[in-house]
Amino acid sequence: MEALLTWLETQLADNSIFTLDTLSYYGQGLTTTVQLVFLSLIIGLIVAVPLSIGRGSKRRWIKMPIFFFTYVFRGTPLLVQLYLIYYGVVFVEGIQDTWLWVLLEKPFFPALVAFTLNTAAYTTEIFHGAIKATGRGEIEAARAYGMRYSLMMRRIVLPSAFRRALPAYGNEVIFMLHASAIASVVTIMDLTGAARFVYARFYAPFDAFLFVAGIYLCLTFAILFLFRYLEKRLLAHLKPASG
Amino acid sequence: MIDLQGYGPRLLEGALVTIELAVLSLILAVILGLITASAKMSRHWLPHRLGTLYTTIIRGVPDLVLMMLLFFGGQIGINMFTDWLYDQFGIDIFINVNEFVAGVLTIGLIFGAYMGETFRGAFLAVDSGQIEAGRAYGMNHALVFRRIRFPQMMRHALPGLSNNWMVLLKTTALVSVIGLSDMVRVAAEASKATREPFTFMIIVAIIYLLIASVSEWFFSRLQKRYDVGFGGHD
Repeated sequence: MEALLTWLETQLADNSIFTLDTLSYYGQGLTTTVQLVFLSLIIGLIVAVPLSIGRGSKRRWIKMPIFFFTYVFRGTPLLVQLYLIYYGVVFVEGIQDTWLWVLLEKPFFPALVAFTLNTAAYTTEIFHGAIKATGRGEIEAARAYGMRYSLMMRRIVLPSAFRRALPAYGNEVIFMLHASAIASVVTIMDLTGAARFVYARFYAPFDAFLFVAGIYLCLTFAILFLFRYLEKRLLAHLKPASG
Repeated sequence: MIDLQGYGPRLLEGALVTIELAVLSLILAVILGLITASAKMSRHWLPHRLGTLYTTIIRGVPDLVLMMLLFFGGQIGINMFTDWLYDQFGIDIFINVNEFVAGVLTIGLIFGAYMGETFRGAFLAVDSGQIEAGRAYGMNHALVFRRIRFPQMMRHALPGLSNNWMVLLKTTALVSVIGLSDMVRVAAEASKATREPFTFMIIVAIIYLLIASVSEWFFSRLQKRYDVGFGGHD
């Protein structure tokens, strides 16, 4: 340990880029990225549950608008959606007089709105697919017990659908982490924003971007392991019985 | 009628840049994907490890970060190399990294990793009896690949390939950040100049949806062709 520390000290002695000052930028960037990703995922998840049920509805006027929403948000780049909301919000009539303006003035909230809508669209389609894959027998059994539609959804369909959606949702979480790098384009100081700042200040692209790539890689692996653990716990009943 | 305030032709040029960029990156990604897939299926440990390292790192880092690393770092790296050439051998050359080439290389490199995973799964799905039968007819490896493995692999790879293409198309929007005048950049400039972001961004969104719809139709045609002899898919 002693030897390691002295070795580290000599290694870092002539290091002018990764000082405490720049590391604190990366630290703040990490906080912003995690906040942005976590908040948009949570809100997107809450929005996606009713939408995914509505997406499978038999009524056209419920089904079609939701389909249109997911089609547009999954078919266009997130950057375009972000620009549309970031540049466009100023031009909404009268918005500058409402309390919302206090939030929307900073780039964080337009970005949050864009990310939330985007992840809600993808999550809706993931859940819709999982709900559609519910076994016919399960639904018939619930009906035979005399359950109403809402009770059947709550007790039978949704719990098993969420479990089935878990692997695909894990991919969506990683996708969202990577997509959040786009926030740096609208002047948000997230992880990528911090890397761009360090690059611009020291003109050291390798140091700045490789370091941030390493952080993203660690975050990706952390999410990967979390979901693998969740799958092991929640999908245990689907594994073939070990002999 | 929508008033584009003179930005119409530039927007069209930007759309062409987007399409060219996407198609060229796709070609590069498919080539890299085939190489990666064969590396990962190799019996030797070195290509196997290298293939795994490549796909793991690329898929764990955001596209934008990789793009900036290769675009900003690429120029410095090339300058270092040409300086070294000059010092060692007195060869004096100057290579300037063009944004378009940097964009194609980066997107191709990123999606090569995704294509590699798609192709690997598809190659493994081809029945080994088919390959043995080909060998039994006296075909050499190249002929077995061309006549038996590749056409049958494509049937399994097409859904993943089409999916990757859709993601790739949307990723091209990121090149606007490193300074390439694709349609997103033109629209962003026009939005700022005319103060009408809705008009331009919605037009760009519609063009993306159009390209996606056309390619969806194209891929379904292709799928039908490769499904010959396997009955209806839908």
